Amino acid sequence: MLKINNIEVVYSNVILVLRGVSLEVPGGQIVSLLGANGAGKSTTLKAISGLLRAQLGEVTRGTIEFDGQRIDKLSAEEIVRLGIVQVLEGRPLFSHLTVEENLRAGALFRSASESSIKHDLDEVYHFFPRLQGLRHRTSGYLSGGEQQMTVIGRALMAKPRLMLLDEPSLGLAPLLVQDIFNIIKRINEESGVSILLVEQNARVALKTAAYAYVMETGRVVLDGPASQLAENADIKEFYLGLTHLGERKSYRDVKHYKRRKRWLG
Amino acid sequence: MNWILVPQQLVNGLMYGGTLALIALGIVLIYKSSEVFNFAYGHMLMLGAFLTWWFAGGARTGNEPISLPLGWAIVAAVLVSVLLGFLIERLALRPMAGQPLLAIVLMTLGLSQIFEGSVNLLFGVTPKGNFPSPFSPSDAYTIPVPPVDGESIVFLDRIQIGHTRLATFVVAVVAAAIFMLFFQYTKIGLAMRATSENHELARSLGIKVPRIFALSWAIAGITATLGGVLLATLSGVSVNLAAVALVAFPAILLGGLESFPGAIIGGLLVGLATEIVKAATVVEVRNSADIAPYVLLLIFLLLRPEGIFGRHRIERI
Ligand SMILES: Nc1ncnc2c1ncn2[C@@H]1O[C@H](COP(=O)(O)OP(=O)(O)OP(=O)(O)O)[C@@H](O)[C@H]1O
Ligand SMILES: [Mg+2]
Repeated sequence: MLKINNIEVVYSNVILVLRGVSLEVPGGQIVSLLGANGAGKSTTLKAISGLLRAQLGEVTRGTIEFDGQRIDKLSAEEIVRLGIVQVLEGRPLFSHLTVEENLRAGALFRSASESSIKHDLDEVYHFFPRLQGLRHRTSGYLSGGEQQMTVIGRALMAKPRLMLLDEPSLGLAPLLVQDIFNIIKRINEESGVSILLVEQNARVALKTAAYAYVMETGRVVLDGPASQLAENADIKEFYLGLTHLGERKSYRDVKHYKRRKRWLG
Repeated sequence: MNWILVPQQLVNGLMYGGTLALIALGIVLIYKSSEVFNFAYGHMLMLGAFLTWWFAGGARTGNEPISLPLGWAIVAAVLVSVLLGFLIERLALRPMAGQPLLAIVLMTLGLSQIFEGSVNLLFGVTPKGNFPSPFSPSDAYTIPVPPVDGESIVFLDRIQIGHTRLATFVVAVVAAAIFMLFFQYTKIGLAMRATSENHELARSLGIKVPRIFALSWAIAGITATLGGVLLATLSGVSVNLAAVALVAFPAILLGGLESFPGAIIGGLLVGLATEIVKAATVVEVRNSADIAPYVLLLIFLLLRPEGIFGRHRIERI
């Protein structure tokens, strides 16, 4: 469904951020993209959704295909209309609008009838029952979890075929993270939406996704079925923070590991 | 204070404030959607008034083909202003996307000079006294005021409301109400409110942000033209209308730049302040009615810098 071939991304004509990234999202699947801060995960998502250009970023090499059609030269507005919607990092809301207005904003470009929008709202409330009671609240005052639900719900209102999720677990309590990821999985199964999931929380991401890629400084350094990656020693050590004994590693050890890797790499 | 004049001046102030409120809405609209403070707005207003005057046959020397009834002249002027709004956004502002905000604001100042020059060229520099009005200046409703306290109100037994003033007030109120309902309840209104909060987010949802900017300029063209017509009905058409519209600036700052209700309240307050000062007993105070809005603004901003309805950013961490 989505195929990225060896793309290079440059910001402001000089800052090379992606140095040949290739990945694939098959239809109906959840694929995860892991990596540390600054690896280029968000940049990859913005390259797909076309939002790069607004930040003076550009795909300078390689191609992005969606259902066989090249989309790397299209504008963000056109790409949304093809069925790709990005949920931006940090769960940004229109904070002075109500929850329901936020949700409706996700469907604005579709010019759908009021009755079909009502139907789609019900579908969102089916996945996030909690939002129904909050629909007339000003969204800026919601809790972090409720905001994340609103943001994902708003993306659903676009009726996407591919959803790009940027760090939905950011700053949420572990229990809530589990809830959100369960719903993400249900959205994928019940609505058939393919999902490209960017995460730093590798543990949950690898449990949810079928396949995963690991990025480091603008390159994909590792990929494989999620279950297999969860077993991979490097991943375990670095991203899951576990030693072979299953203990948590301290931050210092991880830092040391990173440094060692840089020397060796 | 000349108390017997106060009720009459209150009414005058309210009527005048209605027009200012409508004018203020247009500036707030553009500011909200694109963060550009539109200094060309007063000139858009002046141009709208001139266009209406021209379409209504005001320039007639005997052989002009166009002489529409006032209503149609207004419609024609509004259409031209909407088109102009789109063109300004497309030709002057969109190419400047990504430039510093100050550069864009200066562009609006440049536009205002172009408008002033064009109006002088097209319509001449002399003020026009013949703006079409369906009312004669002397028509007025009279509201009897029952004597409250036999002594003090002895001179004032009625308030007069000129038909013209009342009509401008009614038109301003209806237009402002339509404007607000449009924003609250239509899809385009929602798209505009969403865009005004976060451009990147709006774009990520497929909202065509440049189109929203263009639309806000077009709608500002409507409010400017209507405001221009209302002011011209009261005082005739001249290039000075652009300066008169400047009073909308303190109104907006009073209300808090980003708020529609704020613009309306601010407009009414400025109208009231201007007219009430005219009831002062001291002649110097009476003659300084024009600066009353700014004095009010100064005092007010010292107490509440963000304006009446100024938004605090909602932040949750
Ligand atoms: N608009 C921009 N202009 C210049 N450089 C940028 C821009 N946006 C991102 N970068 C740089 O690109 C690199 C990758 O950023 P990106 O946001 O893609 O990382 P990320 O993997 O999403 O990180 P995080 O996990 O912290 O969100 C970083 O070094 C960042 O500084
Ligand atoms: Mg990121």
